[in-house]
Amino acid sequence: MSNNINSQNNIPDNWDIVIEPTRGIFDLKLKKVWSYRDLLLLFVRRDFVAFYKQTILGPIWFFIQPIFTMLVYMFVFANLAGISTDGIPAPIFYLVGITAWTYYSESLVKTANVFRDNINVFGKVFFPRIIMPISIVISNLVKFGIQFILLILVIIYYVLFKQFQLDLNFKILLLPFFILLMSLQALGMGMLISAMTTKYRDLSLLLTFAIQLLLYGTAVVFPLDSLKGKMHTIVALNPMSYIIEGMRYSIFSKGEISLLSVLYSITITIIFLILGTIVFNKVEKNFVDTV
Amino acid sequence: MTKIAIKVENLSKAYNLGQIGTGTLSQDIQRWWIKMRGKEDPLFKIGHINDRTVKGKDGDLVWSLKDINFEIEQGQAMGIIGKNGAGKSTLLKILSQITSPTTGKIKINGRIASLLEVGTGFHPELTGRENIFLNGAILGMRKSEIKRKFDEIVAFAGVEKYVDTPVKRYSSGMYVRLAFAVAAHLESDVLIVDEVLAVGDAEFQKKCIGKMNEVSKTEGKAILFVSHNMESIKQLCESAIYLENGALKEVGSVNDVINNYYSQFVSQNKNSTFRRDNSCTKDCYLEEAIITQNNIHTTFIDNKSPIELRFKIKNNIKLNICFEIILRDSNMNPIAFISEGSVYGIQHLIEVGKYSGNIILSLPFLAEGNYYMDFIIAEKNIRYVDNVECFMSFQINSPIINETSWVFKQSRAQGSILMDSINVSINKI
Repeated sequence: MSNNINSQNNIPDNWDIVIEPTRGIFDLKLKKVWSYRDLLLLFVRRDFVAFYKQTILGPIWFFIQPIFTMLVYMFVFANLAGISTDGIPAPIFYLVGITAWTYYSESLVKTANVFRDNINVFGKVFFPRIIMPISIVISNLVKFGIQFILLILVIIYYVLFKQFQLDLNFKILLLPFFILLMSLQALGMGMLISAMTTKYRDLSLLLTFAIQLLLYGTAVVFPLDSLKGKMHTIVALNPMSYIIEGMRYSIFSKGEISLLSVLYSITITIIFLILGTIVFNKVEKNFVDTV
Repeated sequence: MTKIAIKVENLSKAYNLGQIGTGTLSQDIQRWWIKMRGKEDPLFKIGHINDRTVKGKDGDLVWSLKDINFEIEQGQAMGIIGKNGAGKSTLLKILSQITSPTTGKIKINGRIASLLEVGTGFHPELTGRENIFLNGAILGMRKSEIKRKFDEIVAFAGVEKYVDTPVKRYSSGMYVRLAFAVAAHLESDVLIVDEVLAVGDAEFQKKCIGKMNEVSKTEGKAILFVSHNMESIKQLCESAIYLENGALKEVGSVNDVINNYYSQFVSQNKNSTFRRDNSCTKDCYLEEAIITQNNIHTTFIDNKSPIELRFKIKNNIKLNICFEIILRDSNMNPIAFISEGSVYGIQHLIEVGKYSGNIILSLPFLAEGNYYMDFIIAEKNIRYVDNVECFMSFQINSPIINETSWVFKQSRAQGSILMDSINVSINKI
């Protein structure tokens, strides 16, 4: 094969597109992806607009899910179980966890199923496939942003009317960093799994179920430092735990966070992102034949 | 010298049946676990027993395309013809970069736009305007480019009044028109079109062919066009490729290729019996059929009494079907059509299994010569479940008009159908 390519390279012809059976694993065609940036934005817009079309409440639906989840958590975990919320008012504490976790789990599950969910489009038109997972992560980020406004409103309410002392300082600058880390991790992990869900449907079934349980293995409904010993180690190893802790830390200056834990999250995210991208690129070429 | 737009070199595509059929997680884990313990791969053993691997020479590999070579110049329109399963769609899929070839190369000059399906990525909740932008971007247009062409697209589709209506309220015709319009206005150097026009009405099909002709001739686009409609191919293309079982059988001028394509039916279906000899995976399909007239199985039909088609079909899912017949003259031009569903609104709900049946057809008064028939099983207004082109042929012999002893023969001048009657009155003025 390689001989063949060499001999043809001697002839000076420059083709715009050459379709070949294989291409290098690091050949990500980023230039091509960039030329499709308008499509990325349109996909994000589509997801957003299509979400609330023909609903009465419209975008308000973005608020309903976190509010009700928050109320249930307050009842179950704060009132019944009496789990500590680290001195932060329970609604605010839960709302941070809920918005972050919803974002993470939805992005992850949708990215992991991206090939099967979009087979109709992927099977008929070519565009850099990676646009799709990126658009999923970004449109969920828009949703996350809207839900974050809700969080801000609730915090303002607590500061004004419930004498909640919010110690806002330079740490808030860390917040965008944790959010970015969260979306990249969801993207990387999702793409890594997506490669396998094309072949094994078992995995996508497992994932929907596992992600629900994983909520309790992440520091969403409890602060990380409320755990001791082995349990603490296990939950801390969950790459999402420090991200959620970090978000709480940057807003409320409370939570267990260290340089080491941040480095751990960054490393895991980068590994997932690189592996995910490589695997995704390999699978996208021929998955149409197996799905 | 004109520039080459597409160059296809030794292109082959294999499908691995095994990988699609098996490959559940538990099986692969089991396999891995057994390998880890150093035992023999269980699937390997199963593979030995498996009939498919024993029968197939290349194990589980099926070559959907094998060693295809051809070139298309800029401004050239090339038709691709071949029976179902000949590899047409696989070829277009590889050209459109939806799946990659197993071996071989394709080199393309310029931007490529493919239309394998109309309205890919259309979202029913979004308006026509939003969908034009979305669909255009999916096809590879920049936003500014779509903006520039927006009015032209809307005008071509004829949906000016409805641009701000969600496309789910569109009629299917409007939907198809809009989708084609977007693709046709793509600034590309190569346009690939698959069978998509079949969904539109005749007038729109004509408009589309016209548009494609225009972009090919005036803008110098190369066009690859797959259709089962030979008339459309003849109108648009000057050359054609004939694929058979994944191999390139012929490349040449459109008329030669189409004639050769048809000649195989003529040699195959010399008699009035049809039997499907390969296995078929369609939801419902014709297995066998014969033509009878006056309860006699025959190839020679006269114009005096109706004919009867006796057939067997096999059905794999529960379906609501109706039957259609197309009659073709000896040049394979369609000359008459009847549809149970469209004309009488009749449909048959059939369960899974085999069915036998008969169709009694009153043919028009036909001229002497050979005729072919297409047998179509359709879901009314949805799709053709099975479409057997020229599934059988018959002959009309010496149709003598009693009064004059004149013999009506098929000819280019007079066609092949005699009109019912003629009454002339003439008065001196």
